[in-house]
Amino acid sequence: MHADAASSAAAVAASGHAGAARAHHFDSPVQQREAATLGMWVFLVTEIMFFGGLFLAYVIYRSTFPHAFAAASHELDIVLGTTNTAVLIASSLTMALAVRSAQLGRRLSVILCLILTMALGAVFLGIKAYEYHHKFVEGLVPGAGFHFPGPEAPHAAMFFCLYFGLTGLHALHMIVGEGVLTVMLVMGAKGRFGPQYHNPIECAGLYWHFVDIVWIFLFPLLYLIGRHG
Amino acid sequence: MDRLPRETGEPPKVHYLNADYGIRSWLLTTDHKRIGILYLISITVFFAIGGLMAVLIRMELATPEGDLFQSDMYNRLFTMHGIMMIFYFLIPSIPAVLGNFLIPIMVGARDLAFPRLNLLSWYIFNIAGVFTIWALVHGGVDTGWTFYTPYSTRYSNTHVVATGLGIFIAGFSSILTGLNFVVTIHRMRAPGLTWFRLPLFVWSLYATSLIIILGTPVLAVTVLLLAAERVFGIGIFDPSLGGDPLLFQHLFWFYSHPAVYIMVLPAMGVVSEIVPAFARKKIFGYRFIAYSSVALAVLGFLVWAHHMFVAGMSIYAAAVFSALSMLVAVPSAIKVFNWTATLYQGAISWETPMLYALGFIGLFTMGGLTGVMLATLGIDVHVHDTYFIIAHFHYIMVGGAIMGYLGGLHYWWPKITGKLYPRFWSRISAMVIFIGFNVTFFPQFILGYLGMPRRYHVYPPEFQVLNVMSSAGATILGVGYLIPLIYFIWSMRYGPHASSNPWGVVGLEWETTSPPPTENFETTPVVTRGPYEYTHAEETAGAR
Repeated sequence: MHADAASSAAAVAASGHAGAARAHHFDSPVQQREAATLGMWVFLVTEIMFFGGLFLAYVIYRSTFPHAFAAASHELDIVLGTTNTAVLIASSLTMALAVRSAQLGRRLSVILCLILTMALGAVFLGIKAYEYHHKFVEGLVPGAGFHFPGPEAPHAAMFFCLYFGLTGLHALHMIVGEGVLTVMLVMGAKGRFGPQYHNPIECAGLYWHFVDIVWIFLFPLLYLIGRHG
Repeated sequence: MDRLPRETGEPPKVHYLNADYGIRSWLLTTDHKRIGILYLISITVFFAIGGLMAVLIRMELATPEGDLFQSDMYNRLFTMHGIMMIFYFLIPSIPAVLGNFLIPIMVGARDLAFPRLNLLSWYIFNIAGVFTIWALVHGGVDTGWTFYTPYSTRYSNTHVVATGLGIFIAGFSSILTGLNFVVTIHRMRAPGLTWFRLPLFVWSLYATSLIIILGTPVLAVTVLLLAAERVFGIGIFDPSLGGDPLLFQHLFWFYSHPAVYIMVLPAMGVVSEIVPAFARKKIFGYRFIAYSSVALAVLGFLVWAHHMFVAGMSIYAAAVFSALSMLVAVPSAIKVFNWTATLYQGAISWETPMLYALGFIGLFTMGGLTGVMLATLGIDVHVHDTYFIIAHFHYIMVGGAIMGYLGGLHYWWPKITGKLYPRFWSRISAMVIFIGFNVTFFPQFILGYLGMPRRYHVYPPEFQVLNVMSSAGATILGVGYLIPLIYFIWSMRYGPHASSNPWGVVGLEWETTSPPPTENFETTPVVTRGPYEYTHAEETAGAR
């Protein structure tokens, strides 16, 4: 009898605690978390369709102009591309660790992992900026200053359009991700996450992994295919 | 049978409309019901702008010569008419107004899953509208709402980028609404409300949301590529640089064909509510109607290239798309047959929403059957880009979607505002719109079949009789649209109070007060039966 009362008091206290972070229109924290997670997945579906249009254009023109695309792809720096791939995968690991730490309520670990993730993201963006700069200097940015040896220059320009379009949109998503992670860092530093409440950082994690996966497709498509030929 | 009880009742003391006062309480609201009303105001403004363009177009076409406008101006008119009506009126119409208001109530929830995103979607929608109106005021666009390349990228000297940006931004608002609906329907249903106890309106908006989520991002990236092509000349749609204008058409129609189902599926959902309500009968073939909504969403994505039969596609691809397009007739017909079977031996009452719903069924059937004609390759090549096409899609979008929207607005107006509108005038409006619509658009079938092309402001004199008929019908139609505008506004101030269930029908939305409280229900309802149990309703009415 006594134990019963104690456990129900604990349950009330727990639900009261969770209630602090629960929006008024949800019946339970579980419902709120499920809604947030599903919402994030649906959003990622729209992102896949968004990138899908560009990937389609890439596939069509790659198969139409295979030689020009292979030649243009040789102009990309494979060392930088590989480094960036490694950096991004590492950032996904630290992101996953940040989410896990939040679920366990380890505040310091959340802060550390988020800072690491953001730093790796910044390294990625820095390397990307350096690559862009290099392409600009070499005259590989489509437009007035574009020059590419050989008869297939317009088709190589198409490759670089797709390269800048796809990696540019990807980089934009990374920048948005850095902003989202900043918010998570502030929330984490305030100790808002714990076993009862961690939807925001979970959703931020899903987003970060998604952006990572887009790169996992971009890297072979832009840097690797046609290189061994 | 006695006339339906249009009983008046005492309004609840506190409801969502008077819970809070002042402009801030509206502009910063996260209440799905208030956001629905905000959308109602926005889209009514956009509808008026799009309608004004239509008036000018029909005035010009009253005579064979170009009296009012030059070609340049005329091109801008029909482009803006299309853009306003499609992106700023039809696509948001039923989902953003009625869906916003009703989905949480119909699933027994206190709000949509993401109320702040819902408000954000309204702001995004209006920002998008501002871009388009800016473009309109500064000279408009003349590419047609389809933005075909290379005209839109190379030759047009009008505001393609600003308008495109508007459509791009409006897409986000659409996506947020669709996302919100999907999550709400999955995660926020009241206890006992299983999938097959959901009202068919919810099913149809679920299917609509899937299309919005899968299609809109593709339009977004297409518009981005179009803008990049126009500004930087990247060549992705430019044959002289190795690009392919057909790629634009494929990407564009991958969204814009399913967009037709974004417009008409919600209207079908409305009709699936109204028909059983005013036939006082359980809907016939509930599961078939539910699944046919999903089937339309799926098939809608597989038929886009039927817009491109004359664009230089492989004949084999065209044959496949032709066959798939005809398949769309199957789920559409399932719905029409089931509504008809619901009417059979029902206790039918000719209330205003029912008149709109019956109008929908007739006009949608006409539009759908001509759609099957157009899916056949031979006929499509013959009537491509003629008024036959114009008539066909106006039967679906105006005869279908707008009749459904107005039917729904009349059906739920007492719930939304807590007020009744005049029965006589509302029934007149339904008749005037039905007649005006047919007089406007039926002659266009004949005109198109005789070979009058779309998008020209001059035409041979022998087409004048039919064009004058069409313009006269448009006048009637315009009057038909003004009548509800007047009595709806009138009813908000002077209309008698509606009881919580003025039609005496079943459905969760009728179990709460009119207007509903901010939280929709005093306690979360527990659902124990399907949505259209009419014998049950009569028993409880008798018991009362």
